[in-house]
Amino acid sequence: MKLSTWQPGKRSNGRGAQPKAEELLLSFDCGRQSRIMICPALFDEANKLRRFTLGVMRELDVRGIDSAILDLPGTNESLALLEEQTLAAWREDARDAAAQFGATHILSIRAGALYAPPELPGWRYAALDGAKQLSAMLRAQVLSQREAGKALTREKLLEEGRKNGAMLSGWSLSATMLAELETARAHTPSQHRMIEHSEIGGAGLWLRAEPGESGAQSATLASMIAHSLEDAGEAQT
Amino acid sequence: MSSKPIARGKPASDGEARGHHTDMILKQILADVLGISSEDAMALTPESGLFGHLPELDSMAVAGLLTEIEDRFDIVIEDDDVDGEMLETYGGLMAFVEAKLAAD
Repeated sequence: MKLSTWQPGKRSNGRGAQPKAEELLLSFDCGRQSRIMICPALFDEANKLRRFTLGVMRELDVRGIDSAILDLPGTNESLALLEEQTLAAWREDARDAAAQFGATHILSIRAGALYAPPELPGWRYAALDGAKQLSAMLRAQVLSQREAGKALTREKLLEEGRKNGAMLSGWSLSATMLAELETARAHTPSQHRMIEHSEIGGAGLWLRAEPGESGAQSATLASMIAHSLEDAGEAQT
Repeated sequence: MSSKPIARGKPASDGEARGHHTDMILKQILADVLGISSEDAMALTPESGLFGHLPELDSMAVAGLLTEIEDRFDIVIEDDDVDGEMLETYGGLMAFVEAKLAAD
């Protein structure tokens, strides 16, 4: 496993002239033919699926496939603020990171599908619509506020959030991000094959109340990807 | 999912069979959310404590649990439906889901 960085905006994208801080890139990089950029799940699910995702990367490595996972600006070790991020900007960021890693494919996990750059071939695992992602976060916020004795509805929270952004279960989202999530669809035109969780088996790890892991699920997903590359005639070296 | 056969003197009525089916699905959802085995989930009783008894069931986890219940039972749970009583015990949650299914 290798720790390196990628730089948002390095591949010209016209997003402001300010140079941006480097972001972390974690990779299994042996200069092999197939190189997969992972677009991780978002928010709470990113934490719950972290070990699963890294497990997939380790299993890909065993199968002779390079992979890398990016820290999106505003997440993990990033110095950027989450409330300044948008889905559209993350899509550009994922393009930058993929270009800098020399990715040949994209693998998105859950809501990673919402910002996965569609140009490269790849896979979308258990993709979900932005509205569904948002709905769970709104509901959690309403529940915790009600526990604290504050009457609040999802509609009210969303209405306010559309104007000024919102803090949802500890995640500070901009008004733009909220609007984007409301309409972002998991199935958008791309070269990505949808992999439903039912093809993997067991219960989806995002359902867990606390982060868990499943070596078997990670291995199954990695195996499907390896076979898919073999079928496409991209022999591993 | 495994479950012990239920010994009965006469065939279960439709209502009982449906209740059993709901119970099985709900227990499997809890197994998936709590990361416990199906066997442990099957051992849940109406008195088993949930929200407020299990530290891992925080508001985010409850939100996920309710969303999964909506998906698997094809019902809609409004914010106003959610109160402490329905979430406090397994029996409370089961009664809530059965009432929702009956109302559909």
